[in-house]
Amino acid sequence: MKTLRLDVDADGIALITLEAPDKPMNVVSPQFIDDMIAAIERVAADASIKGAIITSAKPAFMAGADLKYILGIAGGALTLKQAYAFSQKPSVQMHRRLETCGKPFVAAINGLALGGGYELALACHHRVIVDDPKAVVGLPEVTVGLLPGSGGTQRLARMVGLEKAAALLLDGRSVPPTEALQLGMVDQVVPAAQLLSAARGWLLNSSNPVRAWDVKGYRSSNGLLNPTVVKVMSERPAQIAAQTRRNFPAPIAILDCLFQGLLLPFDKALQLESKHFARLLCDPVARNLIRTSFVNRGEASKLARRPRDVAKSAVTRLGVLGAGMMGSGIAYVAAQAGVEVVLLDSSLELAEKGKQYSVKLLDKAVERGKQSRDAADAILARIKPTTSYESLAGCELVIEAVFEDVGVKAEVTQRAEAVLGASAIFGSNTSTLPIGRLAEASSRPAQFIGLHFFSPVDRMPLVEVIVGASTSQETLAKSLDFVGQLRMTPIVVNDSRGFYTSRVFQTFIHEGMRMLEEGIEPARIENAAMAAGFPVGPLALLDEVTIELPWKIVQEAEAALGANFKRPCAYDVMRRMLHEIKRPGRRHGGGFYDYPKDAPKRLWPGLSAAFPPARKQPGVEELRDRLLYIQALETARCLEEGVITHPADADVGALLGWGFPAWTGGPLSFIETVGMEKFVAEAERMASTYGARFAPSDWLRARAEQGEAFYETALPRTAAA
Amino acid sequence: MQLAAQVLQALAERNGLDTGLVDDVVLGCAQPVGEQGGNIGRAAVLAAGYEQSVAGQQVHRFCASALEAVNAAAAQVMTGASDAAIGGGVESMSRTVMGADSGAWSADPWFAYHNYFAPQGIGADMIATLDGFTREDVDDYAVESQRRAALAWQQGRFSKAVVPVRDLIGEVVLDRDEHMRPETTREGLAKLKPSFVGLGQMGFDAVGIQRYPQIETIQHVHHGGNSSGIVDGAGAVLVGNKSFGERAGLKPRARVKAFTSIGSEPTIMLTAPSAVTHKLLKRCGMSLKDIDLFEINEAFAAVVLRYIRALDLDPQKVNVNGGAIAMGHPLGATGAIILGIVLDELERRGLGTALITLCAGNGLGTATIIERV
Repeated sequence: MKTLRLDVDADGIALITLEAPDKPMNVVSPQFIDDMIAAIERVAADASIKGAIITSAKPAFMAGADLKYILGIAGGALTLKQAYAFSQKPSVQMHRRLETCGKPFVAAINGLALGGGYELALACHHRVIVDDPKAVVGLPEVTVGLLPGSGGTQRLARMVGLEKAAALLLDGRSVPPTEALQLGMVDQVVPAAQLLSAARGWLLNSSNPVRAWDVKGYRSSNGLLNPTVVKVMSERPAQIAAQTRRNFPAPIAILDCLFQGLLLPFDKALQLESKHFARLLCDPVARNLIRTSFVNRGEASKLARRPRDVAKSAVTRLGVLGAGMMGSGIAYVAAQAGVEVVLLDSSLELAEKGKQYSVKLLDKAVERGKQSRDAADAILARIKPTTSYESLAGCELVIEAVFEDVGVKAEVTQRAEAVLGASAIFGSNTSTLPIGRLAEASSRPAQFIGLHFFSPVDRMPLVEVIVGASTSQETLAKSLDFVGQLRMTPIVVNDSRGFYTSRVFQTFIHEGMRMLEEGIEPARIENAAMAAGFPVGPLALLDEVTIELPWKIVQEAEAALGANFKRPCAYDVMRRMLHEIKRPGRRHGGGFYDYPKDAPKRLWPGLSAAFPPARKQPGVEELRDRLLYIQALETARCLEEGVITHPADADVGALLGWGFPAWTGGPLSFIETVGMEKFVAEAERMASTYGARFAPSDWLRARAEQGEAFYETALPRTAAA
Repeated sequence: MQLAAQVLQALAERNGLDTGLVDDVVLGCAQPVGEQGGNIGRAAVLAAGYEQSVAGQQVHRFCASALEAVNAAAAQVMTGASDAAIGGGVESMSRTVMGADSGAWSADPWFAYHNYFAPQGIGADMIATLDGFTREDVDDYAVESQRRAALAWQQGRFSKAVVPVRDLIGEVVLDRDEHMRPETTREGLAKLKPSFVGLGQMGFDAVGIQRYPQIETIQHVHHGGNSSGIVDGAGAVLVGNKSFGERAGLKPRARVKAFTSIGSEPTIMLTAPSAVTHKLLKRCGMSLKDIDLFEINEAFAAVVLRYIRALDLDPQKVNVNGGAIAMGHPLGATGAIILGIVLDELERRGLGTALITLCAGNGLGTATIIERV
């Protein structure tokens, strides 16, 4: 047994101590399952053992499954039957066997117990937990597209009741000990020093190795004869449909486990749960969520793309040029991270106004009790508004966030570089201007890089780091270290017009406007985007940023590229909205929407005259696919052209940068979700219907033909793995 | 139970009926649970003192149950399975809770989710949204329903049909529609808050829009004043063949010419009446012009407005004596009640043919054409 110890004391109490070697936390792994089954069988078989305590030698009791391991078998690596068989070992041979082996088991929960960890505790006959608020319990599997598949849905519902179980399982919420006791999730809360003695006490004095549901005559639910069940089961599906847009398969599967499972005998209920689990494990959505939202996002936050041979660095003093929306936001997050910030603008008034942004955010945080006044004041003291370039002396990094104009940016670059130390680097927060072009103004282009933050900076965790042709590896490493200091998530892209995020994002809003021009009802366009999982529709989004923004980008690109520039599909819609209809966006009183003072916004009624709806309207699925495909195709082009070097950067960047739907795992994962071959065929169909912008490149077509996915495919494993 | 039993008693008494001649009693009930469960058709037969040889059954086609029960009784007679059968229905909504019978339809989460279940009120508001009926439009219809019903009561147009309900010592406890508010005005209705905003926010608006993506926002226009009233009631219709008529010494008032049912899109749920009307007319080679009066259950004002618009009907031929908005909608009984109302009206006006239809849960619709003989 490699992941746990089993010691038997003089009273015949077996102490099973979880202790995974070389890991900070105990996790559910194939080795652990084997070890635990062996331990259970030993307790069951050894007549001298009266009962067992399960606890952990690590600060946490046990976290959930090893996500990287699950990733290897998720999303199609197994057949449904294999996935079902896979779930039986932990569910039946481990947890159910523990529960029915005739010896009492107590979980002595010494720290957090989540997912598989809490499922193990649930399978025990009694649960004692330390009175430490950090020792949370819960079943968060829904967040990775799965469900607790070792009896978690069944035991929790039978212990705390269906309504509370539904809330806990669908939210995936972690619960601190006191609340867990109130809910019935644990049986006893004790100080840490008494944990084992309390567990022993229960075993020696009041143990019972038979669960309530294994007593003859037990009935867990009257199903729909119970009005509470009716309420939960008729309202929750609508809530799930509204929240998930029907793109996440786990929540409704969990609800079905609760509904059907409570009407079945326990062992049959476990089978039902396992079958739902198998379906989810084989569904690409679970793989997408685990791969992009957890594993690869985590890797990116740990600076996966950082050149390894450059010494670790830290910024102690940061210069921010331009105290507008972006500059103020960058100053705020840097000061939060303990960095001294020189916030420079052309007048002291503007610079001070930039600092006010932090004042407001921190005042709010203090008001809500999230930050102490002292801590807030210390953060504010780090931001020094100024108009003097001399103040930049000593900065290891300067980020310019001035007006998006090559000339303006050139001037501030030169003035800053004049006072910077030899090793300092310079970052531009441009969202679209080529870094190579901006670096021409620099006297040391190797130390020039793009650091594209997103608005609002304090809430958007992504930084798109743009490597110019001259940017050195050392500059890249230093920049990534800085992003790490901010506890934000970087992706690394190569220089190109619009880089990665702006370039792909534009295709989304252009496609939405193009649909309008084709005569598609505007509500249908917006609802299609929502159905895809975007937080807002393209027309609403355009109103927020104003059409001037994408229009300006197009104008700049056209000016720079001349005859080589290909106008986007929505060129004419933008021109008309700006210059004929004169409705640029919300800030100017209205755009695609009206903004009445006393009512919620609504689509501008004039749209139907300006863009007459066609008599025949396409299904929402077709529109939804168009919006996803056009972005996926552009992303594939970025990978093909080397703008993106790692698929993970594309997918993580899309989710964090512009709210690309998480269920897809990102635009490249979306292509894999559809299937490479089917994607290419569909794109070709769309190209013939909607235009050449949908045409897959030869490169993509070849990849599809060869079955060459973007990510390494999971190794085929046997069900017994 | 008494509601159903006393209606059956009245039917026998009025016609001097030898109940032993009746083969079956088919009662509709939309919530056949609790005291309405356990086959209320058979229980009512025995409680009414009918011969024990009379069979009984209960059918459930949601709001169209009683019309379906009449159709089923007619079908028994048409096929020769019975010489005489009674079709009708009963619902005591004051003694049950709406939704008490729940069912997989609305509360098996897997099915409800994949079937895009939303409550009827959301469907009614979606009809108003899609067809552009404003709050004023639906309120105006409600005021008209009240006006027509009040006039009909005032002129005694229901006197042949209504049976008082009596208590243990024979005193009348109920002898008229208590739900009516003839004083209703447009201004008064305008003050009522829409009923389905909360359900919509709970997630059902999103479900509706997922099914109808052309909708930007669902306009919630329905409320207690322009929707069918929650009431108690029962009704029964005696159907028989010629030989039964001769043996019972009864003269037929009308014949059931044709009937059918249909399923339509279940989320909006309430749009089947026009589809089932088309289907039925086509089946018997008739056209809308052949129908003198239309009776469509006033589940919600928008249901009637859509029906009139979809079939391009003259509003003066539809629900001429008001409907469920004024008088209430005892779910499982209404089909038989409105069939009786329109037959009385055909006789009063000297007209020949009427079509009765109701929308029903999960997208159902039923229609029947009757002809005076």
